[in-house]
Amino acid sequence: MSMQPDKVRLRSLSARRRSANVLFQSLCYIATALGLTALFLILGSLLHNGLGGVSLRVFTENTPGPGSQGGLRNAIVGSAIMTVLGVCVGTPIGILAGTFMAEYGRYNRVTPIVRFINDILLSAPSIIIGLFVYELVVVPMGGFSALAGSAALALIVIPVVVRTTEDMLLLVPNSLREAAASIGAPRSVIIRSVSYKAAQAGIVTGILLAIARVSGETAPLLFTALGNLNFSLDLKGPMASLPLIINQFASSAYPEWQSLAWTGALIVTAAVLLLSIAARVLVSKRSD
Amino acid sequence: MSVSTSSTPALSGAATSPAVVQQSATPALDKIRIENLSFFYGQNRALKDITLSLTENQVTAFIGPSGCGKSTLLRVLNRIYELYPNQRAEGTVLLDGEDILDPKQDRNVLRARIGMVFQKPTPFPMSIYENIAFGVRLYDHLSRSEMDERVEHALRGAALWNEVKDKLHASGTSLSGGQQQRLCIARTVAVKPEVILFDEPCSALDPISTSRIEELIDELSSSYTIAIVTHNMQQAARVSDHTAFMYLGELVEFGETQTIFTAPKQKKTEEYITGRFG
Ligand SMILES: Nc1ncnc2c1ncn2[C@@H]1O[C@H](COP(=O)(O)OP(=O)(O)OP(=O)(O)O)[C@@H](O)[C@H]1O
Ligand SMILES: [Mg+2]
Repeated sequence: MSMQPDKVRLRSLSARRRSANVLFQSLCYIATALGLTALFLILGSLLHNGLGGVSLRVFTENTPGPGSQGGLRNAIVGSAIMTVLGVCVGTPIGILAGTFMAEYGRYNRVTPIVRFINDILLSAPSIIIGLFVYELVVVPMGGFSALAGSAALALIVIPVVVRTTEDMLLLVPNSLREAAASIGAPRSVIIRSVSYKAAQAGIVTGILLAIARVSGETAPLLFTALGNLNFSLDLKGPMASLPLIINQFASSAYPEWQSLAWTGALIVTAAVLLLSIAARVLVSKRSD
Repeated sequence: MSVSTSSTPALSGAATSPAVVQQSATPALDKIRIENLSFFYGQNRALKDITLSLTENQVTAFIGPSGCGKSTLLRVLNRIYELYPNQRAEGTVLLDGEDILDPKQDRNVLRARIGMVFQKPTPFPMSIYENIAFGVRLYDHLSRSEMDERVEHALRGAALWNEVKDKLHASGTSLSGGQQQRLCIARTVAVKPEVILFDEPCSALDPISTSRIEELIDELSSSYTIAIVTHNMQQAARVSDHTAFMYLGELVEFGETQTIFTAPKQKKTEEYITGRFG
């Protein structure tokens, strides 16, 4: 009989735990649903407003003057050039710096300082990076240029890649490094053949994040690449870019421009999406 | 093996002479000679004046309670501890008479000569084939067919060939724990080391995989000098020719396995072997 109160207490305890579990689970579901809804609303309005404007013309004609028809060729090409340049310069620097922090300099006293500074750079408003590059590149070069724009984008890529590379390499267990060392592999081979292999999916994700981030950046290009309504491949001169055009056209009063802004936004989104799918497929194929 | 052999406990300071220990016709050589070895993790001294020898082509077992320094000792022998700062060894470790702790010795070449198999299987994130070819490629330039042969030979040596010959290009991590451990042994054997260090190679494995690996160690001991750390007394008794009992960073007793298990000279050894502590 003395068991009786205990059993009652246990039963009420488990009932309470069960309802707490249900409550917590529901909150998680609701939060997920909210996030997904927002995402689908954004994608939906992009498709709704942008898809109508997608035609061959978007890719073959340059941005029009106010009130006339045209395409986004100069902006697409400009964005591609500056993004590729920025990523190609920023990624190796980021990966090497991240490798230093996680591998060679893991126990170095400089590493925490580098990490701290990198985190500041990572969270710096991108307009500040634009201003910095303006002072450093645009003023000495005597004008706005695609090179300056690429430099600003590279400065945004670097901290993202540094952070993810370091984090992913730190997740590689030391036992793998020890195993590679114990068959006589030198440090550089361990890093390239074992650590990178083990961390490759994460490192690629970091690069993708960086690409996604810079392909939507407007602020750092405002004072650097400036934008250009004409087609230009001159790296030393102003260059158009999709985010700049979207910014300019979306806030204009002309319906043709507004419609092109939607189309441009859709193209940026689709390009980033396709790129991440392609990279993921590649990574999963290679690690099989 | 004759039990009458006088194997001097290392505590007395006198080193066991292999000429006395070994009874077989061929003279046994000290492959590795450890003299007055101490080891420090920062300020913490984990090994205290260890002196002992590993006899060529024999198996030496290291036993002792958790934390007594068995792994630490193995990690000195291939200088793997040097991957970490603040870890420091003092003393002498001779491999074929050459001091391997001498900073002038190339540690990578040394590690290719003294292989190590760890407690947890650590397949590299590559295919089964590449897991083995990776190490071979570091020091040998083989043609495609020579490499295929070397990989097959290593896998056969580790009793894994029949299980994986049809999926050499599957990921090494797709194997079972016991298979992974044999892959790690194959990978170690493939670089043709002279000494193999096993740190509790069976502790994560089922009895069948364990006995497979014990058989393997037995076979390997005809051509390699082997050191094995184990918590399993029966395993030590089964696979080893010599046994070292360690306690709190010191070598308490070292001698022929049969002697250690049937007539230990130190009270501590006897207490540990009979399961009264540890
Ligand atoms: N990385 C480390 N940093 C600091 N101290 C360590 C480190 N690794 C081991 N030690 C200490 O060194 C001593 C010996 O450890 P070791 O790992 O060699 O023991 P062991 O005999 O292998 O034990 P086990 O049987 O549990 O594996 C222990 O007291 C341990 O606390
Ligand atoms: Mg251990």
